[in-house]
Amino acid sequence: MQRLLSIKYIILVSLLFISGFVVASEPGNTVSSDAVHAEGVPENNFENTIPLFTGKGFKKKTAAVETLVTVDDARVLSILQAMLTNKLYYVKSDKQVVFLEKQQENIKVTDVISNEILDITEKSKLKKISVNNKLRKLLRGYIATLRVKSQDDKVRAAAVQQVIKNMNETSYALLISLLETEKNESIVKDAQAGIALWDLSSGDKQKKLAAISTLTNSLLPEVKNKLESLALPDADGNYLEADELVRAKAKSALVKINDRIAYYGVLENIVFGLSLGSVLLLIAIGLAITFGVMGVINMAHGELMMIGAYTAYVVQQIMPNYIGASIFVAMPLAFIVAGAFGVAIERLVIRFMYGRPLETLLATFGISLILQQLVRVIFGPTNQAVVTPAFMSGSLEINPVFAITYNRLYIFAFSIMVLIALVLILKKTRLGLQVRAVSQNRNIAKAMGIRSEWVDALTFGLGAGIAGLAGVALSQLTNVGPNLGQAYIIDSFMVVVFGGVGNLWGTLVAAMSLGVINKFLEPWAGAVMAKILVLIFIILFIQKRPRGLFPQKGRAAES
Amino acid sequence: MAHQSLVLTMMKNDKGGTTLLSILLALIIIIPGLNLFVATDSIFHVSTYTLTLLGKYLCFALLAIALDLVWGYCGILSLGHGAFFALGGYAMGMYLMRQIGDRGVYGNPELPDFMVFLNWSELPWYWQGFDMFWFAMLMVVLVPGLLAFVFGWLAFRSRVTGVYLSIMTQALTYALLLAFFRNEMGFGGNNGLTDFKDILGFNLQAGSTRAVIFIASAVALALGYLLSRYIVTSKLGRVVIAVRDSEDRARFIGYKVESFKLWVFVVSAILAGIAGALYVPQVGIINPGEFSPLNSIELVVWVAVGGRATLYGAALGAVAVNYGKTYFTAVLPELWLFALGALFIVVTVFMPKGLVGLWQQFRKKQAKTSTPETSPDSARDSSRATNSIQQGDD
Repeated sequence: MQRLLSIKYIILVSLLFISGFVVASEPGNTVSSDAVHAEGVPENNFENTIPLFTGKGFKKKTAAVETLVTVDDARVLSILQAMLTNKLYYVKSDKQVVFLEKQQENIKVTDVISNEILDITEKSKLKKISVNNKLRKLLRGYIATLRVKSQDDKVRAAAVQQVIKNMNETSYALLISLLETEKNESIVKDAQAGIALWDLSSGDKQKKLAAISTLTNSLLPEVKNKLESLALPDADGNYLEADELVRAKAKSALVKINDRIAYYGVLENIVFGLSLGSVLLLIAIGLAITFGVMGVINMAHGELMMIGAYTAYVVQQIMPNYIGASIFVAMPLAFIVAGAFGVAIERLVIRFMYGRPLETLLATFGISLILQQLVRVIFGPTNQAVVTPAFMSGSLEINPVFAITYNRLYIFAFSIMVLIALVLILKKTRLGLQVRAVSQNRNIAKAMGIRSEWVDALTFGLGAGIAGLAGVALSQLTNVGPNLGQAYIIDSFMVVVFGGVGNLWGTLVAAMSLGVINKFLEPWAGAVMAKILVLIFIILFIQKRPRGLFPQKGRAAES
Repeated sequence: MAHQSLVLTMMKNDKGGTTLLSILLALIIIIPGLNLFVATDSIFHVSTYTLTLLGKYLCFALLAIALDLVWGYCGILSLGHGAFFALGGYAMGMYLMRQIGDRGVYGNPELPDFMVFLNWSELPWYWQGFDMFWFAMLMVVLVPGLLAFVFGWLAFRSRVTGVYLSIMTQALTYALLLAFFRNEMGFGGNNGLTDFKDILGFNLQAGSTRAVIFIASAVALALGYLLSRYIVTSKLGRVVIAVRDSEDRARFIGYKVESFKLWVFVVSAILAGIAGALYVPQVGIINPGEFSPLNSIELVVWVAVGGRATLYGAALGAVAVNYGKTYFTAVLPELWLFALGALFIVVTVFMPKGLVGLWQQFRKKQAKTSTPETSPDSARDSSRATNSIQQGDD
């Protein structure tokens, strides 16, 4: 009977293939189905196993799962995962097995074999392929096994780490079989740690001692927990481990591991602090130009960043299929758009009030309100989603307790590049020379033939453009919304004031040190309290050195 | 008697101030009367809503005068005056909170609702004593005053001036904003203090209580104005103005500049705190939003719109801008921020002396109608000329 059924299905599947299904499916699948035809059903293949899932009762489903895992096909894993997360359904009328994804209010139904989207909008036409706890456990095990055997290094590494969390006989065997073929060093290390963990639960003392010495080099949280349970007494003062020697060894291993974790904790604080510092640098550096070189307090600086961030958003909307490339289009565009806004602001408002810094503060604050409201009217008050390009997502995992996300690394590099570019512009170009001349003595500069008004507009445009670049970077880190600028404006002023106005290196040192201080305070004070403490620190610091870390010297300092 | 004559001599050359005080006196008599004793359906009736709204404006006017005292006369552009206002408000809020007693949702006679919610077992030490009105009022004055004293003492002594000082005051209010948002601080966190029931045993929702608070606000504004006016016309005020115009010269002459600045700063902070304390029972809530740097900057615009260094102008500006805000946010909510932003720009670029300055110009022009040569641009030209002088000075 079973055989008859399966033959019936094979005929059905072949029919499907004849009716042009071949075109849609991947070439690799076509080959495998051809093989089936040639050999005349020697064993199960993907297509003929799938219909088994529509069987009633958990026994039949279990059988279907067990048959499916013997098939060597990349799609098997996704079926099991969908089944585990209750996303596997079949169509009531023709028993076609499908994936169901909920998208807000609609549902998306995809055929599991062809990956084609089906035209079904009502959930009532579908029936869920339900699972019970026993089946769930089975699925988890198979999923882990399949992932451990995956060709993809990343999938394998994640799978091994998953397996280690719950070691048992089967996973022990799995890891041992993996070690025979595995070439990737970090996966080998993790697998060895997993095996050692299981050895610790065995009764053999020698095995235990060997396992502990293997585990001394591991930073996995499971290892630490296991060693703690061995070395330290439980709540009643009893030791889980009877053997003194094993206990002592576990203790010394634990001390070593804790030392390393502490070391990486400090390292992590420094790296995260520098990363925060690079964001601060990026948002403050444009201000360092307008405030430091020109003496203009630009409260609209945050909104210029917001314009940059929205530029990144608009570029992504225009080219949704090239997210990776969009960011490289967005950067120059944001510089130009924000820079143009900057020049306009300078020409329309700020040029009337040079030498009256407190009033520029008010006028530019008015501009910031207008820009915010403008964005609210055009794009709406809600935050917009900016997609992170693939090359920037994910993280660089150095070991289980220390990982850096790629976007942080890119932003760090980016902010340093912007700083260097700016220093070069100010020190090596004609515009830079004129900017410095005007900031040092406007009248003499004019007398030397420098068009000071033109220089003012360009300097302000440069500062605004850099704010736009910072906005593109921020769009990768936070929500892009009308309040984006407000959230950062005070921080950026703090950095410039702390570093010393008119000094780009001061801005760099200030941004980095504030970032690191913040990250070191965070663990014991909490994020908000750390920020408050940093603010208080700056307020007190300014009392000691009213002109910041690196004050301007000479005549310019007086103005 | 002596006091009265002092007031009279003070007001002699102060037309604007006299007008302000007359208006306040009229308001004190008319508005509560129209609210309490005129039938609701009469066109002369003033609703309790309007009364409260006016009372709110009066508090803002007092706050604006406080800022004008330091900014207009002492040259300290504080971007954190909202913090003193909010601290005064919190002190009052804490008193009102304790007055709720066991009528809260959780019915705890000692602890405010939010503390019960956070599973606190006893009142923190800094909440002690706030069940007594006199103590709360002392704190309304003391807390903002003390903060201003410490901050000012540190800042003025080390000669943090101008833009740096402005940014530091902004950092101060921002730090307080973040701090008051934390639940652990014990000030109600995000929600702040609200659900007040009564003040000194009188129901806060009752029209008569509101009328009394309104009168108190008007009186506080009048006294605040008189005090500020007294300070700026006194000998001390002259020195303060000298400090504003040239700090170094004042120092070289031999004045201890820091002490003068500190004194004015503390007085101003106390006035702001009192304004906050009167504001809270009228709006019925105080939350960390009052610390937001945006509020403090908006406050600066009230003063700028009215006219810096005139005191009554600041009060005028506060009422005018806030009336505009009430009107716009009701009729055209999208346009309010555009209007406010444009106001910032127009005031700073085109009317540096505010509404009061415009009025004075208008009066001058009327006086000069006999001389036909006055060109409309002359005013702007002259203001530019003074600007360039200022630039050279700096």
